[in-house]
Amino acid sequence: MESVFGRYRNLVVLVVVLFGQILGLAVQVRRARDKDSEPTRLIRVWAVGAVTPLEKTLSWVRTSSGGVWHNYFYLRGVRAENRELKREIEQMRLDQARITQDADQAHRLQALLGFKEKFISQTIAAQVIGGTGSELSRSVYIDKGDRDGIKPDMAVLTRDGIVGKVLHVYRSTSLVLLIDDQTSGVGSILEKSRLQGILRGTSSGTVVLEKVMSDETVPVGEQVLTSGGDGVFPKGLNVGTVTKVSAGSDLFLNIHVRPAADLNRLEEVLVVTKVDEKQSAPELATTVRAADILAQRLPGVPPKPEPTGAGGQSAPPKNSADQNSTSAAVPKTAPQAVPKTTKPNSTTTPGVPSAQSTPKPQTASQEQISGAGAQITSTPRKPGSAGAPVAARLSATSAQNVVANPQPAVEKKNLEKKNSPAASPSVPGETTTGTSANKTSVAKTAPPKSPASGTETSATNGVTKKPAPKPNPPNAAAIPAKPQPTSQDPPQ
Amino acid sequence: MAITYTSGEQVEVYRFSLPATILIPLAAIFLQAWLPLRFRFFTIFDLPLLVTIGFATARRNPLAGLFTGGLIGILQDALTHQPIGLYGISKTVVGFGASSLGIKLDVENAGARFLLTILFYVVHEIVYFFIARVLVSLQMAWSWPHEIFSGVANAALGLVIYAMLDRVKQRT
Repeated sequence: MESVFGRYRNLVVLVVVLFGQILGLAVQVRRARDKDSEPTRLIRVWAVGAVTPLEKTLSWVRTSSGGVWHNYFYLRGVRAENRELKREIEQMRLDQARITQDADQAHRLQALLGFKEKFISQTIAAQVIGGTGSELSRSVYIDKGDRDGIKPDMAVLTRDGIVGKVLHVYRSTSLVLLIDDQTSGVGSILEKSRLQGILRGTSSGTVVLEKVMSDETVPVGEQVLTSGGDGVFPKGLNVGTVTKVSAGSDLFLNIHVRPAADLNRLEEVLVVTKVDEKQSAPELATTVRAADILAQRLPGVPPKPEPTGAGGQSAPPKNSADQNSTSAAVPKTAPQAVPKTTKPNSTTTPGVPSAQSTPKPQTASQEQISGAGAQITSTPRKPGSAGAPVAARLSATSAQNVVANPQPAVEKKNLEKKNSPAASPSVPGETTTGTSANKTSVAKTAPPKSPASGTETSATNGVTKKPAPKPNPPNAAAIPAKPQPTSQDPPQ
Repeated sequence: MAITYTSGEQVEVYRFSLPATILIPLAAIFLQAWLPLRFRFFTIFDLPLLVTIGFATARRNPLAGLFTGGLIGILQDALTHQPIGLYGISKTVVGFGASSLGIKLDVENAGARFLLTILFYVVHEIVYFFIARVLVSLQMAWSWPHEIFSGVANAALGLVIYAMLDRVKQRT
């Protein structure tokens, strides 16, 4: 026996080593199927710890040298690029104005239906420092790990689209499983046809959308989005484009998808570390809309100078920033991203609302007035506090009450005056600040009421409100009855 | 270029210093993980395999060859998300075979090295394919033209790698 072992010693050792590795492989496959703890964690930690420091160093050197070259020496074409980017920004503002209106409408409808949405609320930027070196394992290492708050199953994406999900997390690095790996799966939906399927990678590196029935029609070029059904990626993220559709096996189509993110040239990625699930409050939308409508219907009166302090000196005119901080009683359907530095009545790109005339939806003040029990504040204002937005303090119920009940005589008079063609004609091309002007007029003309008087019961309930901006001269005739001022309507 | 048959007494046996034994495989694995990110075509190369063949043929010790191949393969496996052992088993077989063949052949010859690398690249891929399909149930497509082309490319790169290894190996 000993002679046999000595004679075939090498072969015996080979068999033993191979048997041991096959046994270990079988254990890993079994554990993976049972969703048990990973038995090879220690080996992986050692390997990653041995290799990734080199990758990090090389990646840092490469980035630094590239940064020096691109940021200090190679600046050719930057001016032209800057001009092009500015043009793009203008175009995107136009697009955003349109999209925001649609989004606001969608939010209101979702609120009515009680939908819950997931929002990406926090991300971490990470750099890709290395790969796995295997065609069978399409994944990359990023330079953020456990100490940076990365957890398994976090979504990873770029500005172009989704990239993959975090698979293994180490101390300072993480392994990201790309969407073109054959073991990955992403719940996806086709943008127009709304057909749902599962996005998988193949052994050849292509990406296919599975589980779409063969009797469906899927056009080439249709966008694929995340459906949110996998619990990893929030709904609506860009996945890719359909490039080829063919009949697959069984009853399903074979839909090839080109990923939106270039998975072969990944450098910087974003890891979604926090996703909030919010439900739009129906009362918020109702409150704002009712107050908006009321504010639009109220007349405007220019404010008086405010005496400040005992000296009775007039208060300095408010700066543009104050004027920009429109109160809550502004239309909700206005675009969000509007530069605050725009001066009042300044000329802007046609169709792009200026900061002054553009109401800001969902501002803090709006949330304040939508608080529980917020009613019309009829607390007598201090003398000189011109512009206190009474209308802005309306809640939905109180606003409806105000509309339903007779208005004070002064308000009626002003309203008639406003609606008459001769009254304060608007200047063509001038942006309107009708909402704040109207609110101010209410504050000035409506007599202060005691908390118990009429339907406008006093119930501030801690609702705080910034003073309304200084209104412009009356150009209220330009204010339409609808929440959207026509002079600000973006081109459709 | 004919392959020269040699007797067991004629072959030279080499060894490598400890730093070279540790750092060269590590560098190969590192480059294998890093370079394909920058140069996509580099995925057809398998630097750890070339280092395994280079070490095995220089040492001419089957046991050293299989353990070197096994360790390099396991390290390579550990960087992936697949079960550990796919590369480990493949490179164990290659390490054993290359060192066993190194005893019988003159592997100092460039032509012999070239052919040997093609042969062991294909053996490596076959073993890997078999394990992935049968044991791990992974979907893999086999293409002979692709494997042959990759084998030739690896053999060409292997000549450079072996020449570099010749500089650090020490005669026993």
